[in-house]
Amino acid sequence: MKETPLSNCERRFLLRAIEEKKRLDGRQTYDYRNIRISFGTDYGCCIVELGKTRVLGQVSCELVSPKLNRATEGILFFNLELSQMAAPAFEPGRQSDLLVKLNRLMERCLRNSKCIDTESLCVVAGEKVWQIRVDLHLLNHDGNIIDAASIAAIVALCHFRRPDVSVQGDEVTLYTPEERDPVPLSIHHMPICVSFAFFQQGTYLLVDPNEREERVMDGLLVIAMNKHREICTIQSSGGIMLLKDQVLRCSKIAGVKVAEITELILKALENDQKVRKEGGKFGFAESIANQRITAFKMEKAPIDTSDVEEKAEEIIAEAEPPSEVVSTPVLWTPGTAQIGEGVENSWGDLEDSEKEDDEGGGDQAIILDGIKMDTGVEVSDIGSQELGFHHVGQTGLEFLTSDSEEEEMIILEPDKNPKKIRTQTTSAKQEKAPSKKPVKRRKKKRAAN
Amino acid sequence: MEEETHTDAKIRAENGTGSSPRGPGCSLRHFACEQNLLSRPDGSASFLQGDTSVLAGVYGPAEVKVSKEIFNKATLEVILRPKIGLPGVAEKSRERLIRNTCEAVVLGTLHPRTSITVVLQVVSDAGSLLACCLNAACMALVDAGVPMRALFCGVACALDSDGTLVLDPTSKQEKARAVLTFALDSVERKLLMSSTKGLYSDTELQQCLAAAQAASQHVFRFYRESLQRRYSKS
Repeated sequence: MKETPLSNCERRFLLRAIEEKKRLDGRQTYDYRNIRISFGTDYGCCIVELGKTRVLGQVSCELVSPKLNRATEGILFFNLELSQMAAPAFEPGRQSDLLVKLNRLMERCLRNSKCIDTESLCVVAGEKVWQIRVDLHLLNHDGNIIDAASIAAIVALCHFRRPDVSVQGDEVTLYTPEERDPVPLSIHHMPICVSFAFFQQGTYLLVDPNEREERVMDGLLVIAMNKHREICTIQSSGGIMLLKDQVLRCSKIAGVKVAEITELILKALENDQKVRKEGGKFGFAESIANQRITAFKMEKAPIDTSDVEEKAEEIIAEAEPPSEVVSTPVLWTPGTAQIGEGVENSWGDLEDSEKEDDEGGGDQAIILDGIKMDTGVEVSDIGSQELGFHHVGQTGLEFLTSDSEEEEMIILEPDKNPKKIRTQTTSAKQEKAPSKKPVKRRKKKRAAN
Repeated sequence: MEEETHTDAKIRAENGTGSSPRGPGCSLRHFACEQNLLSRPDGSASFLQGDTSVLAGVYGPAEVKVSKEIFNKATLEVILRPKIGLPGVAEKSRERLIRNTCEAVVLGTLHPRTSITVVLQVVSDAGSLLACCLNAACMALVDAGVPMRALFCGVACALDSDGTLVLDPTSKQEKARAVLTFALDSVERKLLMSSTKGLYSDTELQQCLAAAQAASQHVFRFYRESLQRRYSKS
């Protein structure tokens, strides 16, 4: 679907409001929207809500051979997907620019900053390493995808537990979660992206722009930082020219924001850990707020299936017995068989060539009624190279040379046929010769084989 | 069949919601549904069955590409995205099953030359995924206000090697002899779609269908109660 264009009056309204230091949702210039983190039942699954922007993150792992030039390091793979439910404009072909930009930023933020210790992912140097795959799905687009995605990625990575492995000499044993508790990944630091939107050629700045604000912004500055105030990635897009002190100011703001967000993440992880340890209920079902009018829960419901057998017997008794199924397959050649006769074909005028085909032994399993005619005509050439066109009794086994297709065929205009067929397919030309010829040819080819 | 105990011990490996293992009679897992949780799609719903969770978003009736336009009815499209990896053939086949079910109930002739898109995202898979997708799709279509002639629900059942029927199977229970998923409509509990995997006799098929029809009553009651909660004035 095409994106609905932003009307001029809306644009002007937003810009005027920003000039007066007002935001449509009532936030201050440096305020973030509410961040809500919920975890699923499997390790490594989380949903992050930044205001209304929602991202689902899932981490999974697999044992693979390492890259040739990095034999002792594990592999990290990131994939951010903009789901089609996130915005009507996100169609498979249309989102490439934004998608590439976001994915590249995610990679730079998480992989290049070395936040995950890849050396610890090595199992057998040069042979087996862990490949950690992070899949992020954007579920709802209300602005600032990159922040939400980076939070989701780091939360999922911190939450994830990989299976325990032990190496004894050459033997590698992979333990299931029941045998040994899974092991968390070793994470050095948590880089989080903070986005700054600039308006009126850099005069006004907003932190965490929502979707409308993103549409009217001039440029975007993304700073990825961790709580130790180390900048992991910095990117400025949109072609705005920023002054040095503007960038420094943004990095200071980012430092404050990242500290708050990191604290929130650690608290959420701790809560989830506690709930799991105590054996309480966890998972997405618990994160659905009970008070919401749009949410409803129903406990386990027993179903009475005592009368199921009686009902089934009744239905079967009343039902007509199934029509007799022809279960004898017709074996055309070793490896090619036909069950049933297919549907009556509607290409009446090709029927003559079909006849000669079949007499010579057109051998091909008839799959679809539409394709039948074509395959019948063409395959006669292919088939001629194979052994075993069938005449009854040839090989001693009784085959059913089913001429049934021809019996069902309706000859529309027999007089016109010959000429028509000649022009249609080249192979048909060969079939025009008396049927003995094809047989001869085949024998020749068989001799050649 | 896994040993079923009636103690209150929460089995950690089983399900996170801590629901106790189901007794010898069939039962459906804990259900939860939240509607209208996404702001961009016209309708959205998140459906949870035990630990299986699917999020559905509906856009429509909306503009359709000329190549996909149907002159007298709406073009229905279903997109299913798995959580890990790229979508493959299994997703394509599930999309087709769900689309056929939706096309049977959605009144497409009321909105010709438009498109109705149902996007499903698997949030977690712990058994009965296709049934959960169907339920989520139905709730999302209701939330979007798409006209339908009936509601539909998905019910899955598994047949064990000794012929025991288990409704709404978990991933462990799905490793049975046969798994059958049915889509039933709300008016007369008629069968809209069936997708089966495994070996079973025709008697067993009819038994599973009868059990699914009994289970669908509960699912439809759940739909009704959740919509009543949302739309009633009290």
